[in-house]
Amino acid sequence: MTSDIRRELDHQVMWNRLISVLEEQALTLVRTAFSTSVREAGDLSAGLFDRRGRMIAQAVTGTPGHVNTMAAALVYFINDIGPDRIYPGDVYITNDPWKGTGHLHDITVATPVFVDDDMIGFFASTAHVVDIGGRGFGPDAREVYEEGVCIPIMKWIERGTLNRDLVNIVRNNVREPDQVIGDIHGLAASNDTGMRRLHVMLEEFGLTDLDGLAEFVFARTHDATMAALVHVPNGEYHNEMVVDGYADPVTLAVTLTVSDEGMHADFAGTSGTSPYGVNVPINYAHAYFTYGMLVALAPELPNNYASLLPFTVSAPPGVIVNAVRPDPVAIRHVIGHFVTDLCLGALAQALPHRIPAEGSGALWNFQASARSDDAGAPPVELLMFNSGGTGARPHLDGLTATAFPSGVRTMSVEATEQVGPIIFWRKEIREDSAGAGRQRGGFGQVIEIAPTDGYHFEFSAMFDRCEHPARGREGGGPGAPGGVRLDDGSPFASKGKQTVPAGRRLILELPGGGGFGDPGDRDPAAVADDRAQGYVSA
Amino acid sequence: MTVRIGADVGGTFTDIVLELADGTFESTKLLTTHDAPEAAILTGLDQICRVYDVQFADIGQIIHGTTLATNALIERRGAATALVTTAGFRDVIETRTESRYEQYDLDIVLPKPLIERKDRFVVTERLNARGEVVVPFDEDDAGRVIERIDAGGYRSVAVGFLHSYQNPVHEQRFRELLRDALPDVTVSVSSEVSPQMREYERFNTVCANAYVQPLMASYLVRLRDELQARGASCPLYLIHSGGGLMSVDSAAAFPVRLIESGPAGGAIFAADLAARYGRDRVLSFDMGGTTAKISLIEDFTPQTAKTFEVDRTARFKKGSGMPISIPVIEMIEIGAGGGSIARVDTLGQIRVGPHSAGSEPGPACYDRGGTDATVTDANLQLGRLHPDTFGATDIALNPQLAADALARSVGSTLGLDPLGAAIGVGEVVDENMANAARVHAVENGKDLAGFTMIAFGGGAPLHAARLIDKLGLDELLVPPGAGVGSAIGFLRAPFAYEAVRSFFTSTVDFDVDGVNGVLTELEHEAQSFVREGTDAEVTVLRQVSMRYVGQGWEIPVRLDDLVFDDFAAEQLAARFRKAYEEFFGRAIDDLAIEAVSWSVRVASVTAPPERVELDSVARQPADWGTTRDAYDAVARTTVPTAVVDRALIAPGAYVDGPAVIVEDQTTTVLATHHRCVAQLDGTLLIVRREVRP
Repeated sequence: MTSDIRRELDHQVMWNRLISVLEEQALTLVRTAFSTSVREAGDLSAGLFDRRGRMIAQAVTGTPGHVNTMAAALVYFINDIGPDRIYPGDVYITNDPWKGTGHLHDITVATPVFVDDDMIGFFASTAHVVDIGGRGFGPDAREVYEEGVCIPIMKWIERGTLNRDLVNIVRNNVREPDQVIGDIHGLAASNDTGMRRLHVMLEEFGLTDLDGLAEFVFARTHDATMAALVHVPNGEYHNEMVVDGYADPVTLAVTLTVSDEGMHADFAGTSGTSPYGVNVPINYAHAYFTYGMLVALAPELPNNYASLLPFTVSAPPGVIVNAVRPDPVAIRHVIGHFVTDLCLGALAQALPHRIPAEGSGALWNFQASARSDDAGAPPVELLMFNSGGTGARPHLDGLTATAFPSGVRTMSVEATEQVGPIIFWRKEIREDSAGAGRQRGGFGQVIEIAPTDGYHFEFSAMFDRCEHPARGREGGGPGAPGGVRLDDGSPFASKGKQTVPAGRRLILELPGGGGFGDPGDRDPAAVADDRAQGYVSA
Repeated sequence: MTVRIGADVGGTFTDIVLELADGTFESTKLLTTHDAPEAAILTGLDQICRVYDVQFADIGQIIHGTTLATNALIERRGAATALVTTAGFRDVIETRTESRYEQYDLDIVLPKPLIERKDRFVVTERLNARGEVVVPFDEDDAGRVIERIDAGGYRSVAVGFLHSYQNPVHEQRFRELLRDALPDVTVSVSSEVSPQMREYERFNTVCANAYVQPLMASYLVRLRDELQARGASCPLYLIHSGGGLMSVDSAAAFPVRLIESGPAGGAIFAADLAARYGRDRVLSFDMGGTTAKISLIEDFTPQTAKTFEVDRTARFKKGSGMPISIPVIEMIEIGAGGGSIARVDTLGQIRVGPHSAGSEPGPACYDRGGTDATVTDANLQLGRLHPDTFGATDIALNPQLAADALARSVGSTLGLDPLGAAIGVGEVVDENMANAARVHAVENGKDLAGFTMIAFGGGAPLHAARLIDKLGLDELLVPPGAGVGSAIGFLRAPFAYEAVRSFFTSTVDFDVDGVNGVLTELEHEAQSFVREGTDAEVTVLRQVSMRYVGQGWEIPVRLDDLVFDDFAAEQLAARFRKAYEEFFGRAIDDLAIEAVSWSVRVASVTAPPERVELDSVARQPADWGTTRDAYDAVARTTVPTAVVDRALIAPGAYVDGPAVIVEDQTTTVLATHHRCVAQLDGTLLIVRREVRP
């Protein structure tokens, strides 16, 4: 066997193994994390970087929000720490929304890897923590300063010594100090695990650095990415989408420029920032744009420096997808998740017959504080993820009550009822809610919830697509808009702080996905089955 | 003379093992008769009894495992089944977890619910999380549903109401009404089939049970009658997914417990070998034509779980199948087998599996029309397999077809000759299996260092020595009879039953009476199952799943003889912290801990195998047959390799790599630095040896 072939096979094996190592790392984090969104939504990430901070490999996890955000973070780490202050035994940390993953609740921990005195790369991991101080997780802060403690890029551990001052600051600024500090230690420990496995691999293959492997990964990925993009005709494609927003309707606009170098999304024309924490740092919008393009064009490609490089973004400062400090950004996902459908809509013009219709997009998370009528008892925090329908695909119906682009899972009703004073009276498919089409959209769902006796809910509503339903594509009809009300008919706004009084039920009607193609072309057998199953009333 | 029979009906083959009075085994392998699986069993029994001169009346016990229930689920061949559930929750089994199992696939297809929406009916009733009645059971509503069940011609009914794991009263009432009205319709209730919290998993489990019950009950009765008609009056027992035996009546009532019983037999087989050689940390590795299965065996006991997934439709991906919540021997299954197809993806990376050429058309070298390169083609090209020594007599391997397929599927894209392509395919499939084993260990909080691998199944010994190198293990055991390992394992299984129930309590606010009540009931339930089969002495293993409040993942904590009194919470917390530290490296002080579900496993005490020391001393070399050229993954080149007939290796003799050890059902491959020492029972012990440069 020639040495070229040997090197080729070694590189292939090492690339595979690194992805497996990172998935082990992510798995351990899921198991130990205290945050619901890590556990049920895979709201975490793990990656390996070369010495210049370029991402070589990343674990595939549930939320696309970490696709580019963490990939870009290491360059900031190297820069802010200072290349000459990076020592063996160091661990770095940040939750800066603009350098990390878009809000303070995600903590990123990076660990430099050394072979003797030579720094050869970094492991980094990110996870959502249960609390970060401030006003708590929600839209109500008017500036990022009110949203919690911000840890600039700094050393959590220097040459093996824990920065106790920093631990103390964090501990005294969050509501659940044991859990938060526990999660940060967990992130650092997971980087250590990755590092040990990497050292074993380097020894097995007789390597002392990652440079050759990184070049191999980047070259292969670059070629495959460009090959995937070659099928998209060069040009400019524009799309706009209006969504309910938090206070006022939000227009999201994108101009997608496809060239021989890659794809660029410019968000000029998008509405300005909101006074509430639904604003999106552009690194997060970037992640959902890139995710949409990769899932449509090259689902086989792994996320790394080279696969992400051709996808660039821009936006005027001050639009809602380019928030600038001190804009509040705590729940940037509410608007951020729409970026994928927005950009897919532009891509649909370049690639007719290939791109799904719009879906419900944003999650309908139920997040409430259950308070006892007896004033002394502490409130119980409740959180449950729920999804409407996805858009119809060119050859398949949309998915009923399924998250997209988020990778969230719902929680069991029985488990949720064990946690707090809540009872679900209904959680069922919402009939007649799918957009009509040759392929119909996915159905939404209906949820009825009530506080148990002696409690009421204080509720921060954040439900979208009530005024602006998901649009169909290529002749398909829109999905049903969402609806929010109380069971006695009294109104309940889809946004903002309200109370569900004792004895009342909150009724949520989640939106359906848009249809694809002319409804008249739908297979009669599929029409008949939808009726027989009771998805569509006769 | 009393003999025992193990009968394993798999997807392709039916294996019959005869255990003679002296403890030795004979076996026969037949093609499975899918329409009437008892036919192959009876034919095989006839054959083997004739050859070894055994009368049916001499058979003392028949132990049976079958994939029939699994296949009925996967192929959707069950009865017309209705689901009856709580009003407002008709779609639980359809909306599942509301997630996509594959983040990067716009054309994802979610698994269809086992029972369609039009066959799901609701009744007005409601219990709360403590099992108290919030809305009384509506008898009129139930009556109307029963009329519709009658009119709809359903043969089987699954009943799943919210929180029935806390209180079965409404499920039982519906069953009573249904039985009175429609005595011919079989009925399964979730509070009996799987009293665990989480409605999606529990409802799906009761649906699966109801769906296969008519089919399984009639099959089991038919088999028992046929055996009796032939003079086999001995008891017939079934092996269940948890690795224990159950009676025919229990199996007919809870056929869902038969799912995955075949692989459970393999794990028991490995556990028995582990006990004989005193290896308390074992990685069992079973590789066949389509998949590889890996499980952990500690203290001679296979690891168990409380839930698993069947019918993963999408490349064995988590979440693409249907969850079944019953106690099961835990294993990870990946799409890596002899028939797994190799290709080159858009990144120029060699990928192997999960698609398989199966046995039809099979690997290219079978010359049955397969054109894709497979793992078997690579093994042939590498010299690890050879036409002259390939066990299956009805298949003539064609090396030229293997070389052509490797060049076509892999070599042409990457500029590799057939050998280079085969090396790549071999490395990638080994790497895939090693990665899966590591991830499985991490999922269970284990470090594989110091584990011994036990390899069986037709494909495993070809790859196992390479895997111990990749995983950093020091020992590999390849037992004899590995081709019928599951059926042998059946004969080693105890009468055992694990009863599981969800019951929440926290160390802050510990419900001593509640816990004692649950444990007593669970032990009673498990005892009564076991007592259907045996009066023997039993062991009782009690376990609880616990987590820090706020976490979503529980870890198992053994209760041993912990007495639940006023100090129990403290002791339990201490045990949890210790277990947590073993899992994740560190415990967290001061956080409240909650217990989620409790289990009691009652098992008959089986005679432990006679303890034998492994002998690794190389005394005398085994006789070589010939040599042939084979690729050596350690030397990274093709080298002259000894070909040794396993049947001719005397106990105590050794073989140094590079070597291939051939036998009918498999081939064991040693690289240059491996040494194999044959044990008295025919097991091969493989270790690494010093190689002088």
